[in-house]
Amino acid sequence: MSEAKFAGARLTGAEILWATLEGEGVREVFGYPGGAILPAYDALRKFPIRHILVRHEQGAVHMADGYARALGKIGVAVATSGPGATNMVTGIATAMMDSIPLLCITGQVSSKVLGSDAFQEIDITGITLPVTKHNYVVTRAEDLAPALREAILVAKSGRPGPVLVDITKDAQQGSAIYDFAAAAPRPHRPHPMLRAEAESILKAAELIRAAKRPIIFAGHGMIQSGAREQVLALAERLQIPVASTLLGLGGFPASHPLSLGMMGMHGEAWVNHAIQQSDLLIACGMRFDDRVTGSLPTYAPNAKKIHIEIDPAEINKNVKVDVALIGDLAEVLEILLPHLAPRSGGESPWLREVYAMKGECAVRDIQNLPDNGHLYAAHVMNDLWHATSGKAIVVTDVGQHQMWEAQYYKHEEPRTLITSGGLGTMGFALPAAIGAKVACPEKEVWVVAGDGGFQMTAAELSTIAQENLDLNIAVINNGYLGMVRQWQEFFYDKNYESSPILSPDYVKLAEAHGIPGVAVRTRAEVLPAVNAARQRKGPFLINFLVEKEDSVYPMIAAGSALHEMIRRPDSNPLIETAEDR
Amino acid sequence: MLHTFVAIVEDKPGVLTRVASLFRRLNVNIVSLTVGSSERPGISRMTIVADASPTAGHRIMASLYKLENVLEVDDIGQYASVSRELALIKVAATPKTRSHIFELAEVFRARIVDLAPESLMIEITGVESKIEGLIQVLNESEDRILEISRTGRMVMRRGQHTSRVLDAMRVPAGDAENETATDPEPGIAEEADLPQ
Repeated sequence: MSEAKFAGARLTGAEILWATLEGEGVREVFGYPGGAILPAYDALRKFPIRHILVRHEQGAVHMADGYARALGKIGVAVATSGPGATNMVTGIATAMMDSIPLLCITGQVSSKVLGSDAFQEIDITGITLPVTKHNYVVTRAEDLAPALREAILVAKSGRPGPVLVDITKDAQQGSAIYDFAAAAPRPHRPHPMLRAEAESILKAAELIRAAKRPIIFAGHGMIQSGAREQVLALAERLQIPVASTLLGLGGFPASHPLSLGMMGMHGEAWVNHAIQQSDLLIACGMRFDDRVTGSLPTYAPNAKKIHIEIDPAEINKNVKVDVALIGDLAEVLEILLPHLAPRSGGESPWLREVYAMKGECAVRDIQNLPDNGHLYAAHVMNDLWHATSGKAIVVTDVGQHQMWEAQYYKHEEPRTLITSGGLGTMGFALPAAIGAKVACPEKEVWVVAGDGGFQMTAAELSTIAQENLDLNIAVINNGYLGMVRQWQEFFYDKNYESSPILSPDYVKLAEAHGIPGVAVRTRAEVLPAVNAARQRKGPFLINFLVEKEDSVYPMIAAGSALHEMIRRPDSNPLIETAEDR
Repeated sequence: MLHTFVAIVEDKPGVLTRVASLFRRLNVNIVSLTVGSSERPGISRMTIVADASPTAGHRIMASLYKLENVLEVDDIGQYASVSRELALIKVAATPKTRSHIFELAEVFRARIVDLAPESLMIEITGVESKIEGLIQVLNESEDRILEISRTGRMVMRRGQHTSRVLDAMRVPAGDAENETATDPEPGIAEEADLPQ
């Protein structure tokens, strides 16, 4: 280990950077070199850290993000000053909105010329102030190790988030005595408003015992906190159904009988109806985002609300709650669970009611409609789910395909769905999947991206080829910016302004990168193509040419209540009820 | 409604920007903000007065705590406290009109700190309403106000309660919440030094 190898030695700032990262357990970084970060790159080869060269700095941050989401460790991205740094901003904002621990390193012009509008100088700490948890400027080599170690601690602690460290060129070139241990940050101050008071715990337990129609919400916090066991215990002990947020999918196993699926704007109808009829919501690590609640005044009108959340600033932000338990989800549930006795008796009337709604909704499901010869994206997701037994890491982009994936790919394990939820960043999937694959080389990783988002960061195909990553890519190609088209259909009189989008021949594009691929036009071709991709070692691309004007159902229009969903117009007359297949 | 926060922060470059940027991001207008050194070296004290909905206090406080450089936050509004503001007011005044301004200053317990042939400067300390009272009287008389500089409100809780910053830095958090001095002392009413 470097901290031992170099302890007490005089190193350059560049060497201190890598030695500190190595000491912190970082083994992979994603980056792009340039003038102001070149001293750091010059020192890189002395350290056992793998550098993945990206094609655009936004990609580097998304990769670090995908890496962090797949592995639960901090992701690291590196860029030079000026445009390198500004290119990172979208990636940083994406991570900020989804609470992902990232360390972003940027080079900066020499401290002697700071503020002089030098070549490739930009105030990146100023620019990223609202989209980072914290950021630092380091102008001296001796300040590097403490700043980096503190940055990593800040990124990981409490509600995680991205942290940026801007390092001037002279700080990289200067030297200092390196001492990893002495650079240890002081223990991180927990948020002083963190508390799950005994009184609140008792009140929560009382509400749960009294509830007749309770629902548990599994949010991203369940995955981040590693609280699967505790949430399972809570649900099973009292037979409470569990609904997930988009980022919570995979936290609670989808095949579990108490799992309801996704809630919100494109959530399953039975889930949203159940929420509206519920008398108690137990929100576990989520923030009542507007895509989850629909119109606030009509949201879950009869439900008491218990909010278990690590960030006190989220309490009563969108939804007024009756009891707030502020802290790490797993820890809070450990305190709460002993106060709750297992429910006796068989299936509760509430559960029977919820299951009945589920059967009723399945009638409208496109999976259960007779084959009309068309290929729907939902078919692709369903077949992909079957073929991979719900075990692959699926990295989605943003838009219709993202919602179809969330609806039809049933995630069993945490960290198997990687998607930009809060910011909704198109172009996220391809680079984030590279990060996920680098993080988990033994796992099967699928990119699922629309034709719009895929084109935003398609240059990273070249990164995949250079690193020869065994990634499977599914482009869901409907010739439109699908979600934009859907909104235009519903709310703008089908005025399809600027939503039809031309695509290159993706198979040829892949081939140009030395990546094989096939195009798929019918349902019968889906599984063979998926299996071909799975069997091949190395990257593979499938261009799924799907129904052009399909829409994601159900949908809650902006400003509508959660139960006022737009449903798929044609229900299937042949099937009275249907189970999930 | 006006909220008054005291934030104990690290004295480092950029901290003011972080705090101010937070209010901007929450779309909350800062009415006044004063910063100065505190009882500890390296630690500054801010008094921030912000105009926000009555329920926004909790969120602003929780968000301030999320800033790494913020060590302690107090929402003063709910506690008995002393609030002061300093203002310098320059008034056009000739030897003929001076004497009546001297009288006004006397009544308001303000001081004349500069005298020039055609102007004078008044220093006044007190709660905002007292300062506004003086300004209003000056405006209503014939005297022309040339310049006003106000510091904005600074506040301190009354009684035994001391800044928790020492605890926050030494004692593991959780214990830092065990405040005992929340009961306000029946101190002198703030209006006590208003002119009658």
